[in-house]
Amino acid sequence: MIGIGIGFKWFIFVVAALVATGSSLMMVTRKNPIHSALWLIVTFFSVAILYVLLNATFIAVAQVMVYAGAIMMLVLFVIMLIHLEWGAQWTSSRSFAKLMGGIITIMLFLQILAGVFTYSSVGQHGIYSAQKLAELGNTRAVGGLLYGKYVFAFEVASILLLVGIVGAVLLARKRKD
Amino acid sequence: MDASIIPACEFRWIMPEIMLTGWPLLLLIIGGLTKGPVASKISGVLCVIGSIFALYFTLNLWGTNLDVFNQLYSIDSYGTFFKALFLCILILVSIVSLRYADREGIGSGEYYALLMFGVLGMMVMTSSHHFITIFIGLEVMSLSIYVLCGLLRGNATSVEASLKYFLLGAFATAFLLYGMAMIYGSTGILDVVELKKYFLLKQPFSTTMFVIGLGFLIVGFGFKIASVPFHMWTPDVYQGAPTSITAYMATGVKAAAFGALIRVFFTAFIPFQFGWSEIIWVLAVLTMCVGNITALVQHDVKRMLAYSSIAHAGYILVAFITADRALASSMLYYLMAYSFMNIGAFTVVIALEKKGDNNSEIDSFAGLGVRHPFYALCMSIFLLSLAGVPPLAGFMGKFYVFSTAVKAQYYWLAVIGFLNSAVAAYYYLRVMMYMYFKETIGEPGSVDKAPQYGLVMVICIWALLHMGIFPKTFLTIAQKAVGIFS
Repeated sequence: MIGIGIGFKWFIFVVAALVATGSSLMMVTRKNPIHSALWLIVTFFSVAILYVLLNATFIAVAQVMVYAGAIMMLVLFVIMLIHLEWGAQWTSSRSFAKLMGGIITIMLFLQILAGVFTYSSVGQHGIYSAQKLAELGNTRAVGGLLYGKYVFAFEVASILLLVGIVGAVLLARKRKD
Repeated sequence: MDASIIPACEFRWIMPEIMLTGWPLLLLIIGGLTKGPVASKISGVLCVIGSIFALYFTLNLWGTNLDVFNQLYSIDSYGTFFKALFLCILILVSIVSLRYADREGIGSGEYYALLMFGVLGMMVMTSSHHFITIFIGLEVMSLSIYVLCGLLRGNATSVEASLKYFLLGAFATAFLLYGMAMIYGSTGILDVVELKKYFLLKQPFSTTMFVIGLGFLIVGFGFKIASVPFHMWTPDVYQGAPTSITAYMATGVKAAAFGALIRVFFTAFIPFQFGWSEIIWVLAVLTMCVGNITALVQHDVKRMLAYSSIAHAGYILVAFITADRALASSMLYYLMAYSFMNIGAFTVVIALEKKGDNNSEIDSFAGLGVRHPFYALCMSIFLLSLAGVPPLAGFMGKFYVFSTAVKAQYYWLAVIGFLNSAVAAYYYLRVMMYMYFKETIGEPGSVDKAPQYGLVMVICIWALLHMGIFPKTFLTIAQKAVGIFS
């Protein structure tokens, strides 16, 4: 993203951030699960744009391919196969719970805003500057870290995925009796 | 490109973890080849053998202090202490499961494999001072337990427990991760030891984002240790889950969460002790009071034990507040004692349960003293230890925890804790009263006299008595374990 004016970058950021927030709000408030799933795709795309703005192109591509592509496809398939589009009628009207939930959400949101607005980059900086990334290549940097420094966490993550698979099979398997 | 090459010899330091990765894989293969009760028996026995091997490797590591895998993982006495504790819990729970899982028809290679993977997650979580490894370890542990909770698929409460734990757990995990991300955002460091050095260099360090991150971290850990007000899931999940898994959760998960919490806070966040100790003070008082007072009115023993486990988390937090790194051993001692008494108590509950019935009304304990004196005696010892009666380990645990608070001049906290344990005695003794002074109500359910249960109870009682009468030995071990903080 080097070479693009800072103003244009800022404009893209604002648009992508607003779309991401708006679409995720739409996603959680829709009653029809298919609509929710479609809004989620919009969210994933706009978050991918944010990653590009952060010079994390590899993560952006992975986000689009894995989340917006593969995983959302599965979600839509599941919704259609088990006919959720008509089933989930949300009729709960517990206003107290909604009120409390709303208050807590707003409080959390304000806290995060406070953190964001007072943010100052006081901490240490990493070794990967934008220039260094540009000459090294994003994918190579991520791969180097993943299989180099963080290989232990990476290997444990493979167990995490295995546990997920075993668990899904175990819970979904037909009962013997 | 700075290639960070990992020497192959580092793998010998993680033998317990390798054992707990390879062995469950073997169990999964065996589970695919065999069927029914045979599979359950074989994999159960193999699970116990594998855990004993892993325990042997772990004990060999005692006294070693070094960082491996580019500082992502550390082998130190603190981690080794917790690893050994988790493996003891795993061994006891698998022995109980040999019978229980068979009875409920949930025993299979996968069941034991998930138990072992869960312990792997706990180990990774407590023996690392890097946020990424801590987080992944926590997820491995949590994911295994979400599945294990829902294994009784015919039982609505079990499925509810699994789903509830999964949804709330995912939410709490998000808080934890957000907290870590905010701390990373404000300091640029993910390593707890590096954070400590950074704070010492940059005192006083305080940005809003860092404070929020710290708060989120407390919420995330508070959920896993089941402290009030993040405890709502505990009674339902503990009651709904298969009882062997409840025992595993109440002891293993709690110990693991405390292990990681103590390591993170006592290493990096000591300079901010004046800030977070006030928050934790409120949490501890609430946790003790709500846990104990709600436990008073429970009629289900499993549910009562769930609330009592909340209260015990509060007692441990009492010592945590002081941030006295030398006296942190009291928490380790308490966790050890707590694990043995809870596994013992849940084993008695398992022995009295009927197949497919997840409820354990206090009425089913009525007249147990006549019907089955051995179980009644065992249960009494566990309850007395939970209540904190000498010479059992529960008493010494409470004594050390409260004296830590007194030494750090948190007098009110110690007083509140002491009053709470007096209240707690009421509901523990009520179960004993039912066992010895009440006639059997209705038709007595059959008591399962399997040798597995007896074995686990005897081991737990031996541990409680040994730890209670000779506390010095175990306290010295715990002190050596927390030596890494000073």
